[in-house]
Amino acid sequence: MENNSRRDFLLTGLITAGLVSGCTPKTDPFEAGASDVALPSGKKVKLLSVDGEEIEVDEAFLKPVPHMPPVSNTEARIGIPGKKFVMVIDLSRCKNLKKCQSACNHAHELNPGENWIKVDPMQDAEHTAPYWEPTTCMHCDEPPCVKVCPVDATFKRQDGIVLIDSDRCIGCRFCMAACPYSTRVFNWGEPEIAPAIASQPYSCETSVPQKKGTVGKCDFCADMTRMGELPHCVSACPNGVFAFGDINQDSVSNGAETFRFSDLIKDKGGYRLMEDLGTKPSVYYLPPVSRNFPFESGLENDKEQNK
Amino acid sequence: MENSITDEKIIADLLPQKFGKAGKIWVGVLTVICLIGLFAYYRQLRYGLIVTAMRDYVSWGIYISNFVFFVAISLVGSLITAIFRLAGVKWGAPLTRIAEIIAVAAIIFASLIIIVDMGSPERFYYLFTHGRIQSPIIWDVIVITTYFFISILLLYYPLLPDIKILLRFKQKSGNGLHKFYNYIGSFWQGTPAQFKLSEKAINILCITIIPVAFTIHTVTSWLFATTYRPGWDSTNFGAYFIAGAFLVGAGAVVVAMYVFRKAYHLEKYITESHFEKMGRVVVLLSLLYLYFNMNEFLTPFFKMKKSEEGYLNGLFSGDFSVVFWFAILIGIIIPVIILLFRQGRKPLPMFIVGIMVIVGAWFKRYLIVTPTLLNPFLPMHDVPASYHHYFPSWEEWAITMGSLAGTLLIITILARIFPIIPIQETLTEQHEKAI
Repeated sequence: MENNSRRDFLLTGLITAGLVSGCTPKTDPFEAGASDVALPSGKKVKLLSVDGEEIEVDEAFLKPVPHMPPVSNTEARIGIPGKKFVMVIDLSRCKNLKKCQSACNHAHELNPGENWIKVDPMQDAEHTAPYWEPTTCMHCDEPPCVKVCPVDATFKRQDGIVLIDSDRCIGCRFCMAACPYSTRVFNWGEPEIAPAIASQPYSCETSVPQKKGTVGKCDFCADMTRMGELPHCVSACPNGVFAFGDINQDSVSNGAETFRFSDLIKDKGGYRLMEDLGTKPSVYYLPPVSRNFPFESGLENDKEQNK
Repeated sequence: MENSITDEKIIADLLPQKFGKAGKIWVGVLTVICLIGLFAYYRQLRYGLIVTAMRDYVSWGIYISNFVFFVAISLVGSLITAIFRLAGVKWGAPLTRIAEIIAVAAIIFASLIIIVDMGSPERFYYLFTHGRIQSPIIWDVIVITTYFFISILLLYYPLLPDIKILLRFKQKSGNGLHKFYNYIGSFWQGTPAQFKLSEKAINILCITIIPVAFTIHTVTSWLFATTYRPGWDSTNFGAYFIAGAFLVGAGAVVVAMYVFRKAYHLEKYITESHFEKMGRVVVLLSLLYLYFNMNEFLTPFFKMKKSEEGYLNGLFSGDFSVVFWFAILIGIIIPVIILLFRQGRKPLPMFIVGIMVIVGAWFKRYLIVTPTLLNPFLPMHDVPASYHHYFPSWEEWAITMGSLAGTLLIITILARIFPIIPIQETLTEQHEKAI
């Protein structure tokens, strides 16, 4: 009963908001052709180009990108033709700020305690140096999770991304047992999501909304990559730990810098996790050498979630 | 003349009997446990698997252990019925129905408990509409379904001559049961042609059920062995599971033999010699299982690979060591010691050994699932503290107990409806002896 009235209230709120914006078309950024007749206003805005260069643009020419209509399930299962996405995680730059994690949790409406990105304190042996290791889904080219899924709920796309169809998942959790990177997360109870979002149809590319009794995990922000943008963790990290790109173009970017992927891996000695298992991950790591921060600087931030 | 008196006596002894006072209490208690389990499952359906203690690391818990346990027990049907029959082991004949009833009851609850474990059970039919043959779960669905039907048939065909006898006692069975017997078996006339056909069918079923039985438990072991995890990544798993399954199944048959013998006064039909021989079978199976356990643990222990170190230490001397050594001692070693003595193979000690084997086996299944999941490759981190441990919630216990009680209830009901010792076979054997 209480829930219902809350939902009604929120729905009314949304409708009102819609009406208000409808009355003032000038301020509606998504109104078709709104900026077709824009004249230079003289106000300049600084922007970062995709190549990492700083450019100045007149404010009037800025056109907000409308949200793309969600792709169909079939399209979401095929992926973006000609692309093969990779991520590079530079361990020398990580100080466990967890900005990647909070941005990811926010973007995917995850509940507290449910982290698709984890930042583990690692120490390989007694006399080796500790370091922070963020882990995402590895989007393996030989994904053990996809192999074991009995109903094709988790699948590998042409562009290398491994996704989950929550409308298909039966919740057997075999994929969680199969994944050696422990990357998968289960919705044990009903996720607490705002009703307006929870009632949306599920999209494999946004992985929203998460559903009770199904598995979730890092999706390489497939919706962002379709729009040609970087995943949320990449843009959220102030230290440029994550770089993301297309291996076919041999280029990855952390937002501020763009690298030639092959050079980066060659120069810094890139590697993948658990290579011996033969899972062939799409996530590469750069070793924690010549670090930007001492390991200890990340300890304070580790306390809250890991008491 | 003497023969016909014996016949009647045999029939009177072996006809299914109404529940006495103890029987009614037994059924009542089992029903209550089942209802508590059902209530717990209602809560699980309503709130989700959050009511369990399973979390992202221990993503499989006692439901899966219980599933493995049920599949294991169900294998006994193929051992006692098929392997004994094909090997010409005559003394096993009175035990076949007990074994087959246990097999059917266990395989039913294996299927149910796996649905209980699903996060979205309302999508169960996706396994058939969207199934992908490369997943070991689909292999399990296929072979368990096959095994279920073969087991039902192996219970049903040998029953037909008995049903013909049962139909003669309308007074004793009552109207409802009589109608039921009529429905399932009135076509059986007992003609030589029918006997020949039935004999042939049973032989075919016995031959087919052996590979299917091996497959159901091998595939069940592959649900674990097809992953990379320490403790599961083993080529020994199929054989290790099969050996354990035959052991726990034989234990279950021994317990059932003892209970039915006491409850229905079947001392003349289930004799001390049956216990003596089953005792030898249990010793053999225990030693076999011990051998596979040594294969499973000794070589990894010798190497102590880093990825397996936490898991092995946990079992041998850590958090799970009490359960581990309990399962090994109670489930394998002490039974062998007891059964090596002639006195140990008497009905009562055999009954106790049977219970020990079953309890040990259940905890062994728990150890197969949980410790591995608590020892992942990457550290358990950035998760709530409760994710680092696993102790089943009351709902999990209630559902598990409910499923065990349900199995016993099915066994009890089948023993109420059908003769627990095949009547016709006993008669035939008696006649053969007389000649």
